[in-house]
Amino acid sequence: MVLNNIENLLKKYEKGETTLKEEQQLKSYFLSNNVAPHLEMYKPMFAYFLVNQQETFTKDVPLKTKNIFNYKWISVAAVAIITLGIYFGQPVNDDVGTIKDPQLAFNEVSKSLEMISKRFNKGVSTVKYLDEVNKGTSTLGYLNEIENATSIIFKN
Amino acid sequence: MTQSEFLNIVMPFKDKVFRLSKRLLISREEAEDATQEVLLKLWKNKKKIQEYKNIEAFSMTMAKNFCFDKLKSKQAQNLKIVHSNYEDNNTSLQKQVELNDSVDWVAKIIEELPEQQRLIIQLRDIEEYDLDEIAKMLDMNNTAVRVNLSRARKAIREKLTNTHNYGIK
Repeated sequence: MVLNNIENLLKKYEKGETTLKEEQQLKSYFLSNNVAPHLEMYKPMFAYFLVNQQETFTKDVPLKTKNIFNYKWISVAAVAIITLGIYFGQPVNDDVGTIKDPQLAFNEVSKSLEMISKRFNKGVSTVKYLDEVNKGTSTLGYLNEIENATSIIFKN
Repeated sequence: MTQSEFLNIVMPFKDKVFRLSKRLLISREEAEDATQEVLLKLWKNKKKIQEYKNIEAFSMTMAKNFCFDKLKSKQAQNLKIVHSNYEDNNTSLQKQVELNDSVDWVAKIIEELPEQQRLIIQLRDIEEYDLDEIAKMLDMNNTAVRVNLSRARKAIREKLTNTHNYGIK
């Protein structure tokens, strides 16, 4: 009776008309130990299906949450840097060594001006040798005499 | 969506995607890569994931298409996928059933089937999907699925009967 039923189911199975439930019945029959000898050849098929059902995927999948870079933060950083720069940069610019007392300031200025003129004179003195050149050119004045003489000659 | 939420959605069917890929690509490594690819694609589109009606069916279709693409590009390169892993890792289970050799035979027989039939056998007899679901996944109509399924089953049975009768094991 059971065998008859199984044979019918097999026929239907081959036509692709069995329901999932009927197929389950077939599977459990062929995985049991009392399969009729003339249906032996189906055994490995159903065994194979069962074995394959249990294969699993073991590889890791690298799921990375992408860090979407937010450009807002750049402006935030820029603002922070600018405010810090203004805050800490100011006092440095303030102190240029201003002297409050006018007398002292005058003394300081005249001192520094004196220093400038001193240096300047020193510089000028080293250029004095240019006078020698002037002297040389003045002694070359006699060349004019020659020129005068030649002009007289060519006139005649 | 957080990682764990995503994993909760994906966990139930990631093995099915893997087995489907393996059925088509045969090599275990290739199948693992394909599965990874499918899952990463899902992860990238995780914002849209709620819009899909049936993520599982969608992923299976995706896996199928991905594998077909892969096979096509392999053919174009004139390369053959080398499959060196007929033996499954589940040998203990096979021994338990004491059908080692003949189970390998079934594997080889199924491997020789056309891709479409292999797919349908995988989806129906191993993953136990409804015919309508399979039709949707493969973008075929119900009758075509049934015809292919019937052909595949007949082919397997015939070859099994032959080997059984010849006593080649």
